[in-house]
Amino acid sequence: MTTSDVAPTSVDEPPPALARRRPRKGGSLGRYLLVRFLLIFPTIFILVTLVFVFMRATGDPITAALGGRLPAAELAQRIHEAGYDRPIIVQYLEYLGQLFTGNFGTTITDNQPVVDILLRYGAATAELVFYSLIVAFVVGIPGGMLAAALRDRWPDAISRVTAILWYATPVFFAGLLLKLVFAVWLGVLPVSGRASVRTEIALRRGDSTGFYTIDAIKSGNPAYLADVLQHAVLPGIALGLLTAGIFLRLVRTNLIGTLSMPYVDAARSRGVSEFRLVRKHAYKPALIPIITVIGLQIALLLGGAVLTETTFEWEGLGFQLAHYLEARDFVAVQGIVALLAVIVALTNFVVDIIAALIDPRVRY
Amino acid sequence: MTTTVKTSPVRRLWQRLPVVHQLRQSVGLQRGMLVAGLVLTGFFLILAIFAPVIAPYSYNQLRGPDGLFGAQNPPSAEHWFGTTVGGYDVLSRVVWGAQTALLVIIIAVVLSIFLGVLLGLVSGYLGGWLDRVLVVIADAIYAFPTLLLAIVAAIAISGGQSSLWGGVLAAAISITVVFIPQYFRVIRSETIRVKSEAFVESAMVIGASTPRVMFRHVFRNSTRTLPLIFTLNASEAILTLAGLGFLGFGIEPTAAAEWGYDLNKSISDVTSGIWWTSVFPGLAIVLVVMGITLIGESLNDLADPRLRARRRAGAGETPADAVAATQPAARIEVGEVE
Repeated sequence: MTTSDVAPTSVDEPPPALARRRPRKGGSLGRYLLVRFLLIFPTIFILVTLVFVFMRATGDPITAALGGRLPAAELAQRIHEAGYDRPIIVQYLEYLGQLFTGNFGTTITDNQPVVDILLRYGAATAELVFYSLIVAFVVGIPGGMLAAALRDRWPDAISRVTAILWYATPVFFAGLLLKLVFAVWLGVLPVSGRASVRTEIALRRGDSTGFYTIDAIKSGNPAYLADVLQHAVLPGIALGLLTAGIFLRLVRTNLIGTLSMPYVDAARSRGVSEFRLVRKHAYKPALIPIITVIGLQIALLLGGAVLTETTFEWEGLGFQLAHYLEARDFVAVQGIVALLAVIVALTNFVVDIIAALIDPRVRY
Repeated sequence: MTTTVKTSPVRRLWQRLPVVHQLRQSVGLQRGMLVAGLVLTGFFLILAIFAPVIAPYSYNQLRGPDGLFGAQNPPSAEHWFGTTVGGYDVLSRVVWGAQTALLVIIIAVVLSIFLGVLLGLVSGYLGGWLDRVLVVIADAIYAFPTLLLAIVAAIAISGGQSSLWGGVLAAAISITVVFIPQYFRVIRSETIRVKSEAFVESAMVIGASTPRVMFRHVFRNSTRTLPLIFTLNASEAILTLAGLGFLGFGIEPTAAAEWGYDLNKSISDVTSGIWWTSVFPGLAIVLVVMGITLIGESLNDLADPRLRARRRAGAGETPADAVAATQPAARIEVGEVE
């Protein structure tokens, strides 16, 4: 009781200017959510426009993909058929119209709708991101708590240097090292792919969800599940440790900030142990900023997924993106990137909602 | 006043330089991290600057006096780090790679500081609809995966592959596009904070023109966080460059050495147990980024009074040192509370 009374009256009381800006009670959540929701559209619009301008700035995608492989006349004809010889503004408006109806274009090299690529490979990427988030939470949050509790002593030093080391290691180099040690030298885990060929064939049969873990559980065959999980270990760790390092640093910084709050001092003066302070008193308030940051981590994870998938030949969206990049199929790249922009915007919206529900101070 | 000069801590110019100042302010573990970071970064700076002298061969050299180097040779006396699948000397490419990385960082960070600071200053000081539009755009870009944005920008700039300067510029500009929003956000919020201070108002009352107030009075007082973002961005720039190279948007091996590109070429080597082609360029990336991050992390902690380790009383310092160590802390704390 006393702790909560002490806190707002001392150091952390906001200056009057800030206090006045606080919304009145009630009604603000709905308005906040509406504003956040409406902000999705300009965000997507800006990103899609940016991508369009960048991709078309250099020329038409057909020359980029097939130039040199087709005779000039045929090339010109295909450019004309696809409408790439029209004014750029017309193409832009047409592109926006297509996006509005959910049409993200058709790839040039193998003639597939981009949406189909997303549906086919999106599950694999989602699965990879899921496993890496597990690794990030399991390693990052307890690690950060430990580092904060034992601040400036050797466990703190070790965990912080490790966190920096993970951050400094490009995810593809971490992947290559893991592969080298566990798959090639020790030979205990598979080198690449999402599952071995036999499992893949079995899981692809029938009503496959695309999530191999779910498919394997549904199949009821423990051998399939073991195979799928074994393949996920190394990619999950490679991508997860990257995020774990960020979580660790964040949890540590926030916990140290919270631990110097008056209410924690009050608890400490009553003889509460340092570990209990972290676990019971400071942990939850310090987690709030982390939820907000997870939204930004999703973007980082998607970027990291592209590299991880390439390293492990994990056939997800990122692997496809790298493949189309190599083939210089810029319509496919533009489509996949635009789709990812939509996903990122939606995820950020969801994260904002969660943050607002948990912490009333966020609703400005 | 002249009588107090002797006792008050008058700090010389070099002591007020960003990193030197923090080095003197730090203690214990934080000082250790800062020093480790400075040593690592310094080492790679020397590698980058003196690459032609240090590297045993050129980055695109395929043959020595005894003919071709040969592909995928394990480390030996002639090739300390072995040779790549393309027949290049790994050690030389690692050393030359430092130079490429340095070039990209310098161009990217200078460009993005210039544009980001300018936009942030204008947006924060002038406000209005321009400010709103810029904020929405910056937020949209900020939320997007940096690597994907850099890929798109790289396609636009170079169509993928190119020569040394073309490739370096393409990578640097791609990274700039990603970083501008970060500088923009920081400078904008600082500008808004500084704008309401009394000295800005007095400058306007005197009749100073808007550009003069902006660049002389507001700008000078809103750059305190720049060294910190600079280090964070420099490390991110290397990772982005390596990521671009890894996805095949690197610089051709004949034009320059780039660590990410070499790592991409080593994926298949790893599967057959050839470790030297991937481990050395990878380690180079890790060490550079670690060095810069250690500096950034230390600067961050030192700038935040809650995170800064305090000097213990009676640590055997001269009184002047002790005053110099406590002075900035007090100033920042006052600044934070105001």
